[in-house]
Amino acid sequence: MSHTDNQLILKAENLKQHYHVKQGFFKPDAVVKAVDGISFNLEKGKTLAVVGESGCGKSTLGRMLTMIETPTEGRLAHLGEDLLTLSKDAQAKLRQKIQIIFQNPYGSLNPRKKIGAILEEPLVINTKLSKAERKEKALAIMAKVGLKTEHYERYPHMFSGGQRQRIAIARGLMLDPNVIVADEPVSALDVSVQAQVLNLMMDLQQEFGLSYVFISHDLSVVEHIADDVMVMYLGKVVEQGSREQLFNNPQHPYTLALLSSTPQLSPEKRRVRIKLEGELPSPLNPPSGCAFHGRCRYANDRCRSETPVLRLNHANEQEKDHLIACHAVEENRIEPLKEQVA
Amino acid sequence: MSLLQLDNLSVTFGNFRAVDNISYKVEEGEVLGIVGESGSGKSVSSLSIMGLIDFHGKVSADQLTFDDQDLQAMPEKQRRKLTGSDIAMIFQDPMTSLNPCFTVGYQIMEALKTHQGGSKKELKTRAIELLTQVGIPAPESRLNNYPHQLSGGMSQRVMIAMSIACDPRLLIADEPTTALDVTIQAQIIDLLIDLQRKKQMGLVLITHDLALVAEVAHRVIVMYAGQIVESGPASEVFSTPKHPYTQALLASLPESAAGKARLDALPGVVPGQYDRPVGCLLSPRCPYATDHCRNVAPMNQGDLDRQVKCHTPLDKEGRPAA
Repeated sequence: MSHTDNQLILKAENLKQHYHVKQGFFKPDAVVKAVDGISFNLEKGKTLAVVGESGCGKSTLGRMLTMIETPTEGRLAHLGEDLLTLSKDAQAKLRQKIQIIFQNPYGSLNPRKKIGAILEEPLVINTKLSKAERKEKALAIMAKVGLKTEHYERYPHMFSGGQRQRIAIARGLMLDPNVIVADEPVSALDVSVQAQVLNLMMDLQQEFGLSYVFISHDLSVVEHIADDVMVMYLGKVVEQGSREQLFNNPQHPYTLALLSSTPQLSPEKRRVRIKLEGELPSPLNPPSGCAFHGRCRYANDRCRSETPVLRLNHANEQEKDHLIACHAVEENRIEPLKEQVA
Repeated sequence: MSLLQLDNLSVTFGNFRAVDNISYKVEEGEVLGIVGESGSGKSVSSLSIMGLIDFHGKVSADQLTFDDQDLQAMPEKQRRKLTGSDIAMIFQDPMTSLNPCFTVGYQIMEALKTHQGGSKKELKTRAIELLTQVGIPAPESRLNNYPHQLSGGMSQRVMIAMSIACDPRLLIADEPTTALDVTIQAQIIDLLIDLQRKKQMGLVLITHDLALVAEVAHRVIVMYAGQIVESGPASEVFSTPKHPYTQALLASLPESAAGKARLDALPGVVPGQYDRPVGCLLSPRCPYATDHCRNVAPMNQGDLDRQVKCHTPLDKEGRPAA
């Protein structure tokens, strides 16, 4: 299995998830645009990170990719096959290839089942393997994620948080997936355990050629693990590009604010903090124009009335797929981040 | 004279030592960061200062003084007067620390009434003043809001307003921003530090976020399995750690690895009640551990200003001393 070919594993085009919310008997339903038009390409063995604050729609995106929820609009293709137009049976088959790991390993494992049963459940449902074959497979995967053979007979409560996350990862690997959607996989863990789990995820990626959709709010983790990054704000992507583009040459005012708000250990890396006033606006009643204009210091009348589209802003070679949705960037009004003077 | 001074403080629950002989002090106008992983005893030690450990936990200390008053010797009633007014605390999860059944205004005024008294009108003006101080827009109308009507950041601002209501001289913030997003975290930390400077409070900031402590704290304490393993000025501890645990924590941060390289993860987990090692508590996980480390518990080296609990503290290059 070669990991160098740029095989396209997952392709999303203009994905949307709109929820209808009842407002009362006489009022019309309100529409919450949880995810509003997201497109990306995910190649084999690569990691796409999705960054944003709570409520920006990043988890909804993860649920759509794993088909826990059906998108209201858009196209989602796995190896060229459109997932959304397939029959139920074919969908169930393809679903095995896209697995998810949830944030909280204390909530995502059934406390009444032994580890063996938890790991074998996907095989019972989706394959015709015999009991002995299932156990063999479970033990093999357990060894891969650093669990011991004797853990097979134990219950989830007997494990620490880091070990439980290993179990969750093992469960995700049982059906030989191509894509793993990891929804904040390390944010419930302590730093030293977080490092263990991140190392494990990178090792597994190398070994199986997995592609990750890595959902996180922690920019230092994202900078470490991602190949491509997507920054979301209120259901929309505001900036999208490679890790180098995003961290070395961030453009969107929201990305700048996020980067400058993240605490830095080394004094040289600290940058003058861009203070964001207020909080994420309600998705029930999103602002007109650019959703970020209420908190943005570059906002002008155009930002308040016209919604910016995600587009290329620089023609040079380095920036060739760095997409930004911002009028101020287009008009060249953004000041770069400044280093903090001690 | 220090604002808060503890000497050999221990908290035990049955046979389990959650906090094991820790000593530190907080000066007026100082920000002290306490870092450590879950289960290292950082919350329990601060709860014991507040006198909030319930009956099955035992607190003992050679010295536990606030502003030269002995907290252990004073009568319960007098101590109750101090807690909440002179020593205040902010908890981790603002959504569950506020009572969902009462309005925000009622809860702030309750704190004021208990400690300072006054007419209803006075209390209300003071509550509005406090909400303005913590940067809540339209404070008059917010007074009548219930906690569920506020966002996480707003609730934490309300908690801060309650804690500074009686002008405390020592504020203990236990993971005040862990439940919040980064941009909101930045707002709340700025607010806390701003208040701390204005009022010259002592601030104890408990967190597991090393970078956050590195940015705001003057001095830092690193805790591991109930013990203080290293303490000192924040810049020194983070640039030249002397304890292998501090070194390992710093190395396991994603930002300390270049590109997609593997992280230097410390193997294993924090010891629990039943697997406490005999010698140094870190010895099963420490890359430098010797037989001496595994059999004999290390003592503190250095004075309170820069202390390390290790047989072979690391030198400037990060190698253990011979």
